[in-house]
Amino acid sequence: MSQIFHHSANTLVRMTMVGVAVIVGGVGWVAYEFQQSAYQTRATQPREQPIPFSHVHHVGGLGLDCRYCHTTVETSSFANIPPTKTCMNCHSEIWATSPTLEPVRASFRTGASIQWTRVHDLPDFVYFNHGIHVAKGVGCETCHGRVDRMPLTWQENTLQMNWCIDCHRNPEKAVRPREFITSMGYQPTGNQEEIGRRLVQEYKIQDARTLTSCSTCHR
Amino acid sequence: MRTNLKLGALALAVAAVGAGCRQDMHDQPKFIPLRPSGFFGDSRSERPLITGTVARGHLKDDTAFYTGKGPDGKFVNEFPFPVTKEVVERGQQRFNIYCAPCHDATGAGYGMIVRRGYRHPPSYHIEQLRNVQNGYLYDVIANGFGAMPDYAAQVEPADRWAIVAYIRALQLSQNASINDVPAEARGQLSGQQAAGGGK
Repeated sequence: MSQIFHHSANTLVRMTMVGVAVIVGGVGWVAYEFQQSAYQTRATQPREQPIPFSHVHHVGGLGLDCRYCHTTVETSSFANIPPTKTCMNCHSEIWATSPTLEPVRASFRTGASIQWTRVHDLPDFVYFNHGIHVAKGVGCETCHGRVDRMPLTWQENTLQMNWCIDCHRNPEKAVRPREFITSMGYQPTGNQEEIGRRLVQEYKIQDARTLTSCSTCHR
Repeated sequence: MRTNLKLGALALAVAAVGAGCRQDMHDQPKFIPLRPSGFFGDSRSERPLITGTVARGHLKDDTAFYTGKGPDGKFVNEFPFPVTKEVVERGQQRFNIYCAPCHDATGAGYGMIVRRGYRHPPSYHIEQLRNVQNGYLYDVIANGFGAMPDYAAQVEPADRWAIVAYIRALQLSQNASINDVPAEARGQLSGQQAAGGGK
C-alpha cells in the first residue's frame, strides 16, 4: 500500500503546529495590549467639558490647594465636584463678564447644575474610597498624575484592577507624608522605599494580604 | 487549515468580547455620587435638603459653637473648645487652603486672587480687626462679609474656630514685642529684626 500523504506533509504539520501557537498567542497578546491601551481605558485623553476648566491655571498658576474645591476628599468616599457657588467665590469679580464663563453664571442664577463630563468612571462593583487613601498618605498625584499640568482634565492611569493591586501589594512604593498629600511634583527627601516602609508603619497601613483581599474593594 | 481558521476566528471573537464590551455590572442601575437621574426634573440623583431638615442628632442648639453668638445675640469671645497646639495647626492648614488664596499666608491681604483683581481685603493686622471678638471672625467665615463670600459649605464649624485661633496667632506674630518672648529664649533673637518689629 502506498503512502497516503506525500513526504512534504510532515513540514506542513509542523508549520501548522507552530502557526497555531503563534496565532493564538498573537491574538491573546493583541487583546491584552488592547484592553489596557489608552484607546480602551481612555487614559491620558483629555475630555471635552461644557466649560474649558483648566487645572493648569487654577492649580499650577494660582496655587490653589486641591481641597479648596474638592472639599470632601479627606472625609468621604467621593471627592466632590465643587458646587457652582465655589466657582463664584472668585468669578463673581474675576472674569465676571467673560462669555466663556456664562454657563457658570447661568448655573448660579438658575440653580441648575453644570453638566460636567465624568472623567474617572470606575465600574460600579468597585467601592473605592478617597478618604482612606488620603488619610493613609496616598497623594492626589499618585493616582491622578500632574493635574497642575492638565489644561483639560484627563485620567492619568488605566484604573484597571492590576494597577490598583500593584500598589495594594507594595504600598511603601507610593505613600508620602500626609503634609504633602496635595503637593504636585512631590519628591521624597530620601529613599522612597525606606520612607515608605516607615510611613506604612506609622499610618498603620494594613498588610498586603488584607489589602489584596477581594472584599477590600468588592462587596 | 480550516480548523486553524475557525480557531483563529474564535480566538479573535473571544478577545473582542473580552476587551470591547462593558457589561451591565459595570454600570448598574443604581446611583453613585453625581450620576444623573431620569426620574427627577432637574436630573439630580442627589436631592437637595428641604429647608429646615434636621438629621437626628444634628440639631444645632449650641448657638455659640454654630453661630459665634451668645444668647444675647452678641459675638462671643470664648472659644467653644480648648485651643491646643493641634487646633492651631489644624487652623493653619485650613487657613492656607481656604483663606490664603486671598488673604495670603500672613493675613496682609495680598493673596494670588487679590493680585488677579479681586477686591483687596483689609489686613488682619489693623487695630480694628485685632480688637474684634472671636465670634465675629467665626461669623465672617460662616456668612461672609463685604466682598468675601461665605465659606459655610467649604469649612466645617470646628475648622472655622480652628482658623480663628490661627488668625489670632498670625495677629500675634505681627504685633509681638520682646516682652512676649520668654527671657531664656531672647538670646536667640539677638541681631535679628524680630526684636524690634513689634509695637
